[in-house]
Amino acid sequence: MAKRSLFQEFSKGIIKENPVLCLVLGTCPTLAVTTSAFNAIGMGVAATAVLVCSNAVISLLRKVIPDKVRIPAYITIIAGFVSVVQMLVKAFAPAINASLGIFLPLIVVNCIILGRAEMFAGKNPVLPSILDGLGMGVGFTAALLCMGIIRELLGSGSVFGVQVLPFQILIFILPPGGFFVFGMLIMLANKLNTRAGKKVKTTPCDGCPMAKNCADKKCADMKKEATVNAD
Amino acid sequence: MENMLHVSSSPHFRSNDSTRRIMLDVIIALIPTSIAACVIFGLRSLILIGVCVATCVLLEYVSRKIMKRDTTIGDLSAVVTGLLLALNLPVDINPLIAMFGCLIAIVVVKQMFGGIGMNFVNPALAARIVLLVSFPGPMMHWVKALGAPEAAAVDATTAATPLAAEPGTYSYIDLLIGRCGGSIGEVCAAALILGGIYLVIRRVISPIIPCVYLATAAVMSLIVGLDPLYQLLSGGLMLGAIFMATDYTTSPVTKWGKVIFACGCGIFTILLRAYSNMPEGVSFSILLMNILVPLIERMTVPRTLGFVKKAKGEKK
Repeated sequence: MAKRSLFQEFSKGIIKENPVLCLVLGTCPTLAVTTSAFNAIGMGVAATAVLVCSNAVISLLRKVIPDKVRIPAYITIIAGFVSVVQMLVKAFAPAINASLGIFLPLIVVNCIILGRAEMFAGKNPVLPSILDGLGMGVGFTAALLCMGIIRELLGSGSVFGVQVLPFQILIFILPPGGFFVFGMLIMLANKLNTRAGKKVKTTPCDGCPMAKNCADKKCADMKKEATVNAD
Repeated sequence: MENMLHVSSSPHFRSNDSTRRIMLDVIIALIPTSIAACVIFGLRSLILIGVCVATCVLLEYVSRKIMKRDTTIGDLSAVVTGLLLALNLPVDINPLIAMFGCLIAIVVVKQMFGGIGMNFVNPALAARIVLLVSFPGPMMHWVKALGAPEAAAVDATTAATPLAAEPGTYSYIDLLIGRCGGSIGEVCAAALILGGIYLVIRRVISPIIPCVYLATAAVMSLIVGLDPLYQLLSGGLMLGAIFMATDYTTSPVTKWGKVIFACGCGIFTILLRAYSNMPEGVSFSILLMNILVPLIERMTVPRTLGFVKKAKGEKK
């Protein structure tokens, strides 16, 4: 893979490899907490904080962690940071804590964070890892915010709690509306990526934390093909 | 001499059925219901039907143009969708809400999945459910019908639907001729049955789905302790069984598949009516069975002509 500049490490997470819209990771919090723009920002910022910290620590420890137990090790580090963030949110923003509910502690198993640890922080130095985490976090927050604004505007007729529309289409704050807006945004992101000539080469194994050690022949072939294409 | 011999590939016999012809038959079958709607709820229902049909046809035309596909408004399927959607709405609904429903039916459910024959659920029903979930207030505001019994009135202008009313409010005759609250197309059971008979005579629909659907619903009503005849005549059951469940695209093609499909619809309809917090369950049950159609068809693949079943070694 070609060497990227530090800025590219940061910016790739925003559109080109947007974790939600292009890699389709972290779908569960994306659909569950985007019923309002305020919730979306809360979730995005919390996840970004955990992502940056865990990427930094995992990158520092990448030579110490034995390869065979790296996933439990990563999860332990991530869980530590999630606990810190959860306590901070509980103390300083109890309203967000109440509206995010179970999805705040569930950041532990958010596949964006584990995915970045496995795909990036586990094999790169500290500074690029931090920037990668920050970029991915910004991309995640931006995607959540887009969904939150659209769903809140159509579903409750308001933006950030301020009433702007005289009508409400309730289905947009219910799960079917969430899936619909999600699909539309993925379509938009694909369109943007193709138009800019930056068609993302993806294989079904991208984002799979087991891809590196996967013994499946089909998986290996796809990885080989993807490398050839990238060159 | 050379004109006597024609060489062409099969099929050599074609029926005269075309999509347009079939859709025209469905429209003709819905005319009694539309007239009944105008008599019961006044000319406002005609305006609602007009708005829905025009919006559906326009949206079908525009979305095909945007997707750079052939125009398909000539096959009249958009007219049928608009008509069915209008018949599923209460008469005093805001026309903008009705138009939003048309958008869901034609653009989201039909054209985004590839147009006629590609939709995985019935467009009009899906639109009705989206509207019901999005606008529960206006969608359940039932205007008092012409000649409806005074006991059913909630206030001067609105009346309870037969499914939500106290038992004994409506007689069977009230339900049959539509002296009750409800969507504009569902109240008059007699007009719907007339349309259904026309479709069966014209061989547009097979009687299997409506008959099995209604029979299952009647048996289920007996099992859960409801009055079967009252259940059959009230709510959207007739409209659903005759016009919605028989949609070609979203019902099974095999005979036994049709039976299973209709049984499922009947069972879920009565279960939803009896035990859910909504008064009506027809649309949800048909939509659910629509989604199960591919599985039902896989279960009921008919045996190929001349194929011998290996396991038992018997010859058919």
